[in-house]
Amino acid sequence: MQVQSMHFKQRSGQKLADVRLQKNLKKLADKFVTARSAAIAELDDFEATRDAAVERRNRVLATLDVWLQTFERNATARGAAVLYAQTHEEATRLIVEIATLHGVRKVTKSKSMVSEEIGLNHAFEATGITPVETDLGEYILQINDNEAPSHIIAPVIHKDKEEISDLFARAHALPRKTEITQLTREAREVLRSHFLSADMGVTGANFLIAETGSAAVVTNEGNEGMCTIMPPKVHVVLTGIEKLLPTLEDLATLMRLLPRSATGQQISNYLSLLTGPRRAGEVDGPEHMYYVLLDAGRSALIGGEFQEMLRCIRCGACMNHCPVYQKVGGHAYGWVYPGPMGSVLTPNYVGIENALDLPQAATFCNQCSVVCPVKIPLPDLMRKLREQQWQRGLRPWSERLGMTAWAFVAKRPALYALATQAAVRVLGWMGGGDRRIRSLRIGGGWTIGRDFPAPSGRTFRELYAARGVRRQQATRE
Amino acid sequence: MKIGLFVTCLIDAMRPEIGFAAIKLLEEAGCEVAVPSTQTCCGQPAYNSGDAASARALAAKTLNEFESFDFVVVPSGSCAGQIKVHFPQLFENDPPLRARAERLAAKTYELTDFLVNVAPRRSPHAAACGRITYHDSCSGLREMGIKTQPRELLAQAGAELIEMKDCEQCCGFGGTFAVKYGDISGAIVDEKCHHVQATGADAVVLGDLGCMLNIEGRLRRLGVKTRVLHVAQILAGSV
Repeated sequence: MQVQSMHFKQRSGQKLADVRLQKNLKKLADKFVTARSAAIAELDDFEATRDAAVERRNRVLATLDVWLQTFERNATARGAAVLYAQTHEEATRLIVEIATLHGVRKVTKSKSMVSEEIGLNHAFEATGITPVETDLGEYILQINDNEAPSHIIAPVIHKDKEEISDLFARAHALPRKTEITQLTREAREVLRSHFLSADMGVTGANFLIAETGSAAVVTNEGNEGMCTIMPPKVHVVLTGIEKLLPTLEDLATLMRLLPRSATGQQISNYLSLLTGPRRAGEVDGPEHMYYVLLDAGRSALIGGEFQEMLRCIRCGACMNHCPVYQKVGGHAYGWVYPGPMGSVLTPNYVGIENALDLPQAATFCNQCSVVCPVKIPLPDLMRKLREQQWQRGLRPWSERLGMTAWAFVAKRPALYALATQAAVRVLGWMGGGDRRIRSLRIGGGWTIGRDFPAPSGRTFRELYAARGVRRQQATRE
Repeated sequence: MKIGLFVTCLIDAMRPEIGFAAIKLLEEAGCEVAVPSTQTCCGQPAYNSGDAASARALAAKTLNEFESFDFVVVPSGSCAGQIKVHFPQLFENDPPLRARAERLAAKTYELTDFLVNVAPRRSPHAAACGRITYHDSCSGLREMGIKTQPRELLAQAGAELIEMKDCEQCCGFGGTFAVKYGDISGAIVDEKCHHVQATGADAVVLGDLGCMLNIEGRLRRLGVKTRVLHVAQILAGSV
């Protein structure tokens, strides 16, 4: 997917002005935040489960090569082929080669953010293969001229029912439906024929289980099963190398956290464990199964200050709770992963200089790390990215000059006292009779939507010193 | 008990009366309060802008000024959080300074936390402030668990509290974020102000100057007269 993160400021401005989007984004907090909080409250050992999940994910990342080998050995023993891709291009090339090898004309796809990352649909189309997204949200986006998802688990959260009604009527050339049940039935009827005529299914994987060589896939629509168990001869699992878990027991631990954190469900409607292609005597499953495991920047994080980011289980809780995401939505972030997790991943995966705004556009309210089921310290990681930007001279000169001058003064108390006294007087004068500063020349961003309250009058240190003198005089008298 | 009051740069410049209210409250609780005159800023702006060297220099300066006290009290959640949580992180690779930072962190308290858990006040004033609503500041709440302390003190003072919707949601200040992304910040604080207004309270009370200037600035721009007060002002009866 093309990186547009450098246009964050411009895009976020557009999103703030989009009245319809603002209305649609309100659903996010009302739906997911409330549901998560209720689902978490039911767990009496939530903290212990989080700690266990952190420990498991850390253990995997500390010896990822070993777990990958274990996974590969067990998946291969069950008849699957495990392939590795270092880059996006390599991943698309491998998958297109697999499709070509098996004479594939049509591919059904279950939701996969890694597929967005590598631009798989585009690569299929370029070789004359038809990809069909079968997750309802992803399908809606595909028929809307391949629009990008705006959320990692709720890809069309930015749209309302009316937009989707219009889109279906246009794309399906059928009478416009208004009821959600009618719309989903219509999508189901369209998708059914694709399921029956596809030659290959591509899915993501929420987790890879090393001990069994399985892929665990979580969905609410069951479309993943249609992509892998129904006719397709070939099933390709596309996911990142960091998605490993050692055992099925670990999967049980993580599954206590994932649906609850994501949608507030105790368990998703479907959880599939896919282990190898169909074997002799089995009635369903693909004839061939491949894993394409993507690196593309992941292994480079291991052993560095961003390793903790690889614990991420893609639940989306951080963005659901993020005050910035709630206002600008996912498209403003300009790449696959939005919100706090994206603000750490995007600069790491596409280059820090291509996503300068993302780690800056955060209030550090810390809500993201509080709700993160695997306790990723997202604000700390964003701050580290800010440090890198500072060290590499990637901040604007005005910001560098301002901060350097301020720090110079703040380190010198006498100078600082004089400077604040002067500033307070100027601001006080600017505040006028009603003590409101309506427009600031320096720091003008502040006064876009609010006043700057004028200071009370004199600095604390002036008043405190004066009080000290008065008290001394009183004692003397 | 000898207390060092870390006034904070924003109270120093913008609202000195909050500093004096804090002194009054601490003295009423039987503390001997000193205000080191060389203090400036805890270094948060540099720290969150990525200028770690300046942040470390200001942290070391603050350490020197405050480590001799029995306790350090801060009338701000985010500055207290900077000292308690982030000073030790800043000296991660400097064991002697890290040890000093950890000792300082252990005796540093946000004002309401200190007044509830270390030095309960002897005679709470009755606050004449009408009906209030309380905004939880992010750092205080999520870095130090400041939630019940201000409410307990306000209840003792007889304040009538009406909780607003999403009182734990960020107000959108975020330090330099409010200037760099003024439009996003403005949209976030707008929502906060609507929640404040919906309570019909006469004042929104909080414990952090950043949130205070942000919420007050938006309320005034909206033409709303609701007062914005620091919890110390109410408790000290100085409103």
